[in-house]
Amino acid sequence: MSDLRELYQEVILDHNKRPRNFQKLEGANRTAEGYNPLCGDQITVYLRLEDGVIREISFQGSGCAISKASASMMTAALKGKTKAEAEDLFETFHTMLTSDLGVTFDPLEVGKLAAFSGVREFPVRVKCATLPWHTLHAALEGKGEAVSTE
Amino acid sequence: MRTINELAAQETLRACSAGFDVERVRQDFPILRQQVHGKPLVYLDSAATSQKPQVVIDAVTRYYQAENSNVHRGIHLLSERATELFEDARAKVARFLNASDAREIIFVRGATEGINLVAQSYGKMSLKAGDEIIISAMEHHSNIVPWQILCQETGAALRVIPINDDGELLIDEFKKLLNARTRLVSVVHVSNALGTINPVKQIIEMAHSHGVPVVIDGAQAAPHLSVDVRALDCDFYVLSGHKLFAPTGIGIVFGKAHLLEAMPPYQGGGDMILSVTFEKTLYNVVPFKFEAGTPHIAGVIGLGAAIDYLTEVGLDKIAAYERELLAYATDALSAIPGLRMIGTAKEKAGILSFVLDGVHAHDIGTILDQEGIAIRTGHHCAQPVLQRFGVPATARASLAFYNTQEEIDALVRGIHKVTTLFG
Repeated sequence: MSDLRELYQEVILDHNKRPRNFQKLEGANRTAEGYNPLCGDQITVYLRLEDGVIREISFQGSGCAISKASASMMTAALKGKTKAEAEDLFETFHTMLTSDLGVTFDPLEVGKLAAFSGVREFPVRVKCATLPWHTLHAALEGKGEAVSTE
Repeated sequence: MRTINELAAQETLRACSAGFDVERVRQDFPILRQQVHGKPLVYLDSAATSQKPQVVIDAVTRYYQAENSNVHRGIHLLSERATELFEDARAKVARFLNASDAREIIFVRGATEGINLVAQSYGKMSLKAGDEIIISAMEHHSNIVPWQILCQETGAALRVIPINDDGELLIDEFKKLLNARTRLVSVVHVSNALGTINPVKQIIEMAHSHGVPVVIDGAQAAPHLSVDVRALDCDFYVLSGHKLFAPTGIGIVFGKAHLLEAMPPYQGGGDMILSVTFEKTLYNVVPFKFEAGTPHIAGVIGLGAAIDYLTEVGLDKIAAYERELLAYATDALSAIPGLRMIGTAKEKAGILSFVLDGVHAHDIGTILDQEGIAIRTGHHCAQPVLQRFGVPATARASLAFYNTQEEIDALVRGIHKVTTLFG
């Protein structure tokens, strides 16, 4: 069970059960949809982006605990951040999930998202954690195309 | 209420009385002897692909070690031997399906390619704008998308037989869908997502009374039921070798000889011709007309070995044992609080699809994997039927005759771990 506790940390289980910002955003000016065709996960990310700053952010969709908690914690982390800060955090998050075991992270840099470091030990679940972020990236780019993990 | 143990004792008794020794059968499957994450492997994903008995592995190895050569073209001894083994396997498949003639057996890559062959050859030849193809609401994507492509190409339309909440076809609705525009019916024998065994004989009779030929997708049926294409009177029957304890990359299309003879080739190339000039090419006879290029010879030989093995174990014994195991597993899973079975048809084979309150299937799959239990999670390449049940994904445990009641007990314990973790 120790590996599983690493993966399903309390904070992840909590965000899965009570996802934050889990609704359609009225007045959103950017949205994007993301799919994981392998497991059927689907997410929509809503943004209100003003002068390059994420004023409001929310999401809807269905997915596993990892993808739902990742989306929830992403929205909590990004409110008030600039587009560049959001992209930087995605980069840091992605590096954390795909790095070798044993590599440590600056807690100041990843913040609460450090809860996802256990996902590294479950390579098939990395896409679950990154789907919301890929979708966010598409929303920030404003291309209006659905993104896929494949 | 009877306890699980009482049930187990009864089931064991019945299984033994049927003369089926699961422990002996398990010895034939070397992969089952391993540990996963430090726990004995509990393989409950045979609907995705089945494990291979040693005799199949040996047949493939022997072919590459001692018989490897191309078929149908060599004048030397090895080619002659390979050709003989290859055509022997075709005859075995014909007997296995009770086809009247080995010419009615075409080797393809799998059930998916089989359906594409029928769609692109028979379908394209027979359909025009305004015609209709009937499929069912529980089809695998491989029995949906080839027909959608054909519809786009010909202007034909796809019609879908609805199902009830247990996952059974509504036969009265099928009757209403059959009309003068219907040109083809293609339905699954056993649903990969629900486990439903469809009344295909009745469906075929009804379609034939309208003069409509029927394709049966038997990918999930052949590993569990004995299939008799003559008794069914189906026009086409497709199956995948790898779900039938044979290698991946080999599958079968059974087609009635008169239909195959009338159909144009599926692919062009070597082996499917009698003579080629730049002006005119004469096609080979059935079945070779449909087998362009060097086939998966080792796969075909492996499939022949798998059929020999299944015949030796006894298809009826396998079916009886699996029925008991499925009943045991259904009772055990249904007793778990918060678990909902998806697919509760009266007639089922081999599949236990379920959802757990508040837990996504993917998480169930990861947690069970840590217990050494392999299941499939997701939409099972059958998104429309999951939409019908209002779930984006299910967890699916699928059975083969090498599974045991102890493995079902391990699955139940694993699911309890899931509910504890997510409680």
